Amino acid sequence: MSLTARDVEEIMRLLEASTFDRLSLELDGVKLELERGGGGAPRTRREAAPASIAPAPVPAPTIAQAPAASPQGEREAGLVEITAPLLGIYYRAPKPGEAPFVEVGQRIDTETVIGIVEVMKLMNAVPAGVSGEIVEILAINGELVEHGEVLMLVRPDAG
Amino acid sequence: MDFSGRRLVHSSRRACSRRAWRALTIRRILIANRGEIAVRIIRTAQALGLETVLAVSEADRESLGARMADRALCIGPARPNDSYLRVETIVQAALGSGCDAIHPGYGFLAERADLARLCETEGVIFIGPTAAQIEAVGDKLRARAEAIAADVPVVPGGPVENPAHAQALAREIGAPLLVKAVGGGGGRGMKLVEDVQDLAGIMDMASAEAGTAFGDARVYLERYVARGRHVEVQVLGDGAGNVIHLGERDCSVQRRYQKLIEETPAPHLPDDIRDAMHEAAVRFAARLDYRGAGTVEFLYDVAREQFYFLEMNARIQVEHPVTEMVTGIDLVAEQIAIANGDGLRLTQDDVRINGAAIEIRVNAEDPARNFAPSPGTVSTARWPSGEGIRVDSHIVNGAKIPPFYDSMVAKIIAHGPDRATALARLRAALGDTHIEGIATNIAFQSETLADPDFAHGGVDTGFLARRAARATGD
Repeated sequence: MSLTARDVEEIMRLLEASTFDRLSLELDGVKLELERGGGGAPRTRREAAPASIAPAPVPAPTIAQAPAASPQGEREAGLVEITAPLLGIYYRAPKPGEAPFVEVGQRIDTETVIGIVEVMKLMNAVPAGVSGEIVEILAINGELVEHGEVLMLVRPDAG
Repeated sequence: MDFSGRRLVHSSRRACSRRAWRALTIRRILIANRGEIAVRIIRTAQALGLETVLAVSEADRESLGARMADRALCIGPARPNDSYLRVETIVQAALGSGCDAIHPGYGFLAERADLARLCETEGVIFIGPTAAQIEAVGDKLRARAEAIAADVPVVPGGPVENPAHAQALAREIGAPLLVKAVGGGGGRGMKLVEDVQDLAGIMDMASAEAGTAFGDARVYLERYVARGRHVEVQVLGDGAGNVIHLGERDCSVQRRYQKLIEETPAPHLPDDIRDAMHEAAVRFAARLDYRGAGTVEFLYDVAREQFYFLEMNARIQVEHPVTEMVTGIDLVAEQIAIANGDGLRLTQDDVRINGAAIEIRVNAEDPARNFAPSPGTVSTARWPSGEGIRVDSHIVNGAKIPPFYDSMVAKIIAHGPDRATALARLRAALGDTHIEGIATNIAFQSETLADPDFAHGGVDTGFLARRAARATGD
C-alpha cells in the first residue's frame, strides 16, 4: 500500500475537521507529518514521499495558511481572515498564565488587540483590523507564524 | 502592557538550546536568500542530508527554491527592505523554525556584520566569517592597511601634504598617475598626469575644481593602470589561521563594473604572477584568521606585470562555480563544514586544477534597450545540458522574475580539459538555450564569446567598453 496525492488530501481534510492539531502517520517507509498553523519542525519530508506523490506539490505546509486548502462548504462563507502582519512568534496572551487577548465567540472591533507577534524580543501588538465576532483561532500560542499567515477567522459585522 | 514575563521565559529557553546545540552538527539550515543561489545552497544541503528552511518574500512564495526546500517561510513583502534585508526577522525565522545555522548566500545580508553578530549572540551558526572579519574587510581603508601589514601589494599612492611631498610621491609612484579628489568617486574628480613634470599645474587645477565640485579641495595621488585585469583568488580558512587557496578567477569582462563573464584559470597570466597572487591572498586571509569561503580581489596591471590588492569579499561569490568545476570541490559544502567546526578538510596539496571553466551570467536585461531590466514571467525555459555543462538557475517554465531584485537569473558554466574546449562547449550551450517571455542578454553574451580577443584570452576590464564604442562608431 502506498499513499497517493488524493490520500494525502483526504487525510488533511480529516485533520482539518478534527479537534487535533498534529497528525503523524508512518507506513511503508513513508512518514507523513501534518500540523495546523506554523509548527516548529518541517512537515512532510519530500524525499520520503513515494514517486506517485512527488510530482503533485504536496499542499501540507499550507494546511492552515491558505483558505483554499480547507474543505469547501465546511467553512462558513463570508469569514474574514486576520493575518500576521509580520513573521515572528505568536502569543495569545500578554503574559504566560494571563487570560488571552481574545476568545472564540468574542466581539471585536478594528482596534482590538488580538495577539502579539514577537521578533527578537520586540513585541508587536496585532490589531484585528476588522470588527465582528471571532469564529476560529488557527494560530498556535508560542509558535512561529509567517508573514501573512492566517491567525483567526472573523464573522464581520453586517454592513 | 507588560511583556517582560514572557521575555524571560523565552530567552531562558533559547539559552538552553544554545548550549546544547553549539557543539553538535548542523542539521537544519535557514537560507536567507533567493533566486539561483538559494537553489544552489539547497542542492548541497540536501546532498549532505541537511534540512532546509528557505526565507521567502511574498514575491517568491512560488519560486523553485520555495518548492525545493523542506519548508518555506514568508518573511515579508516583496521589497528587500521589508523582507530579505531584515536582520531580526531572519534570525527570528531561524530560531522559530528550529534551524541551527543560517546561510546568507551573496548580496542581501551576506556581508552585514550585524547579522553575523546577532547570530553569535543568539547561538545560531552563521555560515560565513565572524562579524569582526566582515567589518575588517568591509572598510576600504582598514582593508588596505591590513593588506600592507600582510605584505600584500596595494595600488601605490596616498595623500599629499605639500608640493615637495607630492613631487617625491609622484616619482615613487611613477607616471602615468592620477590626481584624485578625496571627495570624488565613481570616476568623478580624476585627472591624468602623463609626465611628472606637469604634476604641480595639474594638482592646482584638480584641487581648485575639487573644492568647487565637492566642497573639499584635498587630493591624493594614485598609480594609473591603463590596462588592468580583474583577477581574484578563492580562499578557504578555518578561522584559526589556516588558509588554502583554490586558484584564481579572471573576471575582466565587465560592463559598468558589473561582471558578465568569469573564468579560471586566468588566461596568459605569467606563472610567477599567478603563484604570487595565490600566496598574497592566503597571507591576507591568514592574517585575519579568516573563517569560511572568501575571495581576495586584485587588479593586475598588464603593462607593469604587477598586481594590487583591491578588496576581499567575505562570502560565497556569484562566480564560484568555475572554481568548483576545475577543482571538483563543492564550496558550499566546505562552507558548511567549516561553520560546523570541522575545519579545513583539504590541504593545499589536495587542491588540483583540472582544465578550464568559463561562466556567463544570464541577466534579465534587454541589450536593445540599454540593458534595462526585463522582469516578467518566463513562458518557456530550455536550459542546455551536455558534457562539461552546468546551469545554476531557479528559472523554470512559468517562473516569475519580480522587478524588486537583481536581474541575474542564471549562470551557464562550461568545463573542459582546456580553455578552447570549455569555450566551444559554452558557445554551443548558449545556442541550445531558449528563454521566452522576458528579454535576456544571452545573444549579447554569445557575441562576446565569439570575439577574437576573448577567444585569445586575457582581455582587460576595458574590453567590453571598447567593443561597445566600436559598435556605435561603425
